[in-house]
Amino acid sequence: MSWVVTRRRIVDAISKVFMGLAAVVGVFFLFWIMWTTLKFGITGMHWTLFTQDTPPPGTDGFGLRNAFVGSLILLGLSLLIGVPVGLMAGTWLAEYGFHSRTANTVRFINDIMLSAPSIEIGLFAYAIMVSPMGHFSALAGSLALAVLMIPIIVRTTDEMLGLVGNDVREAAIALGAPNSVVITQVTWRAARAGIITGILIGLARITGETAPLLFTALNNQYFTTNVFSPMANIPMVIFQFALSPYTNWQQMAWAAAFITVLFVLVLSILARWLAGRVQVQK
Amino acid sequence: MLNVALPPAPANPATGGGPDRNSPKLAVRNLNFYYGKFHAIKNINVEIRPNTVTAFIGPSGCGKSTLLRVFNRIYDMYPGQRAEGEVLLDGENILDPQSFLKLRSKVGMVFQKPTPFPMSIYENIAFGIRLYEKLSRSEMDDRVRQALIGAGLWHEVEGKLNQSALRLSGGQQQRLCIARALAIKPEILLLDEPCSALDPISTAKIEELMYLSKENCTLIIVTHNMQQAARASEFTAFMLNGELIEISETTQMFTKPSDKRTEDYITGRFG
Amino acid sequence: MSSLDTAARIEKGSAPANPKSSGKPWRLSGDSLFHTAARLAAFLVVATLFATVIAIALDSWLSIKTFGVWNFLKSSEWNPVTSTFGAFPFIIGTLVSSAIAMLLAVPISFGTALFISEIAPYWMRRPIAGAVELLAAIPSIVYGLWGLVVFAPVFGQIEPWISNTFGVIPGVGVLFQGPPMGIGMLTAGVILAIMILPYISSVMRDVFMAVPWSLRESAYAMGCTTWEVAWHIMLPYTRTAVIGGMFLGLGRALGETMAVTFVIGNSNVLSSSLLMPGATIPSVLANEFTEATSRLYLSSLIYLGLILIAVTLVVRFLAVLLVRRLANREGASS
Repeated sequence: MSWVVTRRRIVDAISKVFMGLAAVVGVFFLFWIMWTTLKFGITGMHWTLFTQDTPPPGTDGFGLRNAFVGSLILLGLSLLIGVPVGLMAGTWLAEYGFHSRTANTVRFINDIMLSAPSIEIGLFAYAIMVSPMGHFSALAGSLALAVLMIPIIVRTTDEMLGLVGNDVREAAIALGAPNSVVITQVTWRAARAGIITGILIGLARITGETAPLLFTALNNQYFTTNVFSPMANIPMVIFQFALSPYTNWQQMAWAAAFITVLFVLVLSILARWLAGRVQVQK
Repeated sequence: MLNVALPPAPANPATGGGPDRNSPKLAVRNLNFYYGKFHAIKNINVEIRPNTVTAFIGPSGCGKSTLLRVFNRIYDMYPGQRAEGEVLLDGENILDPQSFLKLRSKVGMVFQKPTPFPMSIYENIAFGIRLYEKLSRSEMDDRVRQALIGAGLWHEVEGKLNQSALRLSGGQQQRLCIARALAIKPEILLLDEPCSALDPISTAKIEELMYLSKENCTLIIVTHNMQQAARASEFTAFMLNGELIEISETTQMFTKPSDKRTEDYITGRFG
Repeated sequence: MSSLDTAARIEKGSAPANPKSSGKPWRLSGDSLFHTAARLAAFLVVATLFATVIAIALDSWLSIKTFGVWNFLKSSEWNPVTSTFGAFPFIIGTLVSSAIAMLLAVPISFGTALFISEIAPYWMRRPIAGAVELLAAIPSIVYGLWGLVVFAPVFGQIEPWISNTFGVIPGVGVLFQGPPMGIGMLTAGVILAIMILPYISSVMRDVFMAVPWSLRESAYAMGCTTWEVAWHIMLPYTRTAVIGGMFLGLGRALGETMAVTFVIGNSNVLSSSLLMPGATIPSVLANEFTEATSRLYLSSLIYLGLILIAVTLVVRFLAVLLVRRLANREGASS
C-alpha cells in the first residue's frame, strides 16, 4: 500500500507545480506584452500625434490624426450598422423564436459567424462592396467590422433577455401592452446592463481588427472623412509602419499600439464590471 | 461537560476492529468547529464503539453533518472552516497535521446525493481500490465482484459492469457509492443522510447493507429520519444548536430519553 | 355609458378608451413592424454566412476553373510571375502552426483552469482569471508587433538550444534543423498558443467550477489527491464542454492572421523544419492581397480563403460530431 500511495503523492505534487507554472505562463505573457507596449509606446507620446497627419515616407513628421479620426469613423459606422441588427436579431431569438427549430438554427449559424476568421469577413466585404465599386472604401471596412460584431451582440442580447424573469414580461402583457412595447420598455430595460456589456465586448473585439481592413478600408496617407474612399485607420497604420525602415514610423506604430491596447483594456474591464453587476442583480 | 458512559460491547472474537473491544474506536474531546466566525459545534465530547452503528439525529442546522465532516476532515477543502479540540481515532488525533490520504483510507464517507463518478460501474469500484493497492487484473475483478456482492448489487449489474454508472437508478447509485467506499476497507464509514433522496425500498436495502457492514467496520450515520435511527442504529446521539444533548442506546433513547429536549424532539414538539 | 353599451362596442372591436385592449390600429402596425424588423435582423445573420461563402466562392471561380480542386490543393508551386498557384504549403502551414499552438495551449490551459478552480487561494482566483482573460482582449496586431520586435529575438536565443536538444532525436530531429532566426513556424505556433490560451482556459475553468461539490467531495473523501480528482473525475465529467473549448481555440488559431503574418517569415516554400520560415493561408492573404496584380492571382488568393472556410467548417463539424458521440455514449451524463 505505501508504495502506491507514495507514487500518488509524487504525481500530485508534480501536477500542482505544473498547475502553478501554467497559471504563471498566462499572467507572465500578459505583463510582458503590456510592459513592452507601455515602454515603446510611451516614448512616442507627443501631442503632435493628435494634431498632425501621418507623414510621407522618409520625412520627419510625427502624427496620427487622420488615422485616429478614421478609426473613430470606422468604429462609429460599425456600431451604427451592427448594434441595431445585432440587437434586433438577439431580440427575435429571445422574444419571438424561443427554442423553436428555426431559432436554434439561427443560434447555430450565429455561433459559426462568431468564430469565423475575421479575414474571411474581410474577403466577404471585398466581394460585395470593394469589387463592385471598383475601389476600397471606409464603408466596406465598417461593414466588415459590423459583421464581426453582430454575432457577439446577438448572443449576449439573446442570453441576457433570457435571464429576464417571465413574471416581469407577463405583468407588462397583463397591463395590455403590445409585444413591441413590452420588449422595448420593459425587457430591454431590465436587461440593459447585459446588452451594453455585449456591445462593449463587440466594440473591443473590432477595435484592433486589422485583417478585414486590409481588403476594405485599406489606408490613406491623407485626412479624409469621405466614407466612400479609403481611409486611414490605426490598425493599418500599425501594420504598415511597424514593418517600415523609418524609426519615426516605428515609434508611431508603437504609440498607436499603446493607445489601442489601453482603449481595448478599458473597454474589456468596463464590460467585465458591467457583467459582474448583471450577475449581482440576478 | 457531558461525558457519556457506554455499556460494554458484547465480546465477539470473530470480528476485527480496535485492539480492545471496550476502548472507543473514535473519541471526540472538547471539539469546537467554526465556519468563519460562526460557531457550529460547541464543545462536544463523545465516544463511538467499534463495530456498531451510531446515529446522530437532530433538527437541521444542529451541526450533525458538520460533525461528520470533521471525522474525515473533508471540511479542509474549504478555507475559513476550522476545528479545535481532539478527535482520536484509535488514540491518534486526526486533527493533527497529517496526510489526508491515509486518514481517508481509514474513514470513508457516503453523501446525501448519490455521487457515482463519471465512469463505468466496474471502474467506480476499482478506482477507489487502485488508490491504495496495486492488484492484478484478476485480483481486481475479484475485489470488485466481492464489493458488489457485499452491496447486494451484483445480480442487478452483472453483465453490464462496463456501462456508465450514471445509468443506474438512484438507489443503485447510492449502494454503488457505499460499495465503493467499503471496497477500500475503511475502519469507519460515515453516512450523511444516505437515504434522504431514496424511495423506501432502496432505503431498506441500504439499512440492511449497513447492518451487514458492521462486522468489519464502524458506522456513523447522520439522519433526520428518527424511524431510520431507531431501526438501523445501536446508539443514538441527539444534537441541538451545535451541542450534544445526549447519547445512549437507541432503545433507551426512544423509550425514556433522559433530557427533556430530546423528548420534545422525539415526540415531535419541535424540529 | 351603460355597461351593455360598452359590451356592444367591444364586440365591434372599437372600444377606444379601454387600456386593456391593444386594439389601436397604429399600435398594432407598430407591433408587427417591430416583429418584422426583428425577424429581418435574424434573417440577415443567417444570410451573411451564406453570402460570405457564396461571395468568396464566386470570386475564386476563375482560379478554380484554371487549376481545379485537387491540383490546387496538392501543388506546392506558388509563383505570381508564371501565374501558377498551388495551396499545399499554406494548408500545411496553417495546420502545423495551429497544431503547435494546440499542443502547447491545451495542457497550459488545463493547468491554469485547475490552478484557478482547485488550488489557488481564494483571493488569487479572480485576479489570475482576469489577467488570463485579458490576453484575449489584446488585438492580434499587437501580438504581431510584440512577437516580431520583442519575442522573436529572445526566441532566437533559445532556438540553438532547441535545435541541439530535439534536433538530435532520430525521426523528430528533422523538424528542428536550420539556422536560429527567431521567426518561423515554431514562433508562430508559440504566439498562437498564447493567443488561444484564454479561450480554452476560460471554458475549462467555467466548467470545472460548475462540477458539483458533492462529486468532488466524495472523491476527496476517498482519499483522492487534487490531481486524481481533476483527471479521473472532473475531466470525464466535463469532457464535452472541454472539447468544445479546445475546438473554439483551434478555430481561432486556424484563422488568425496578423500575429502570424508578423512572425512566420512568409516563405512560400515548404520546409521540413519548424525553425524555418513558412506561411499560412491567412498570412499569405494578408501579405499578397494588395499586391495581387492579375485577376488570376487575386482569384487564387481568394480561393485560399475558400479553402480556409472549408477547413474551419470541417473542424467545426468534427467537433459537433465528437461531442455528440461522447454524449450518446454517456447516456444520462451531463
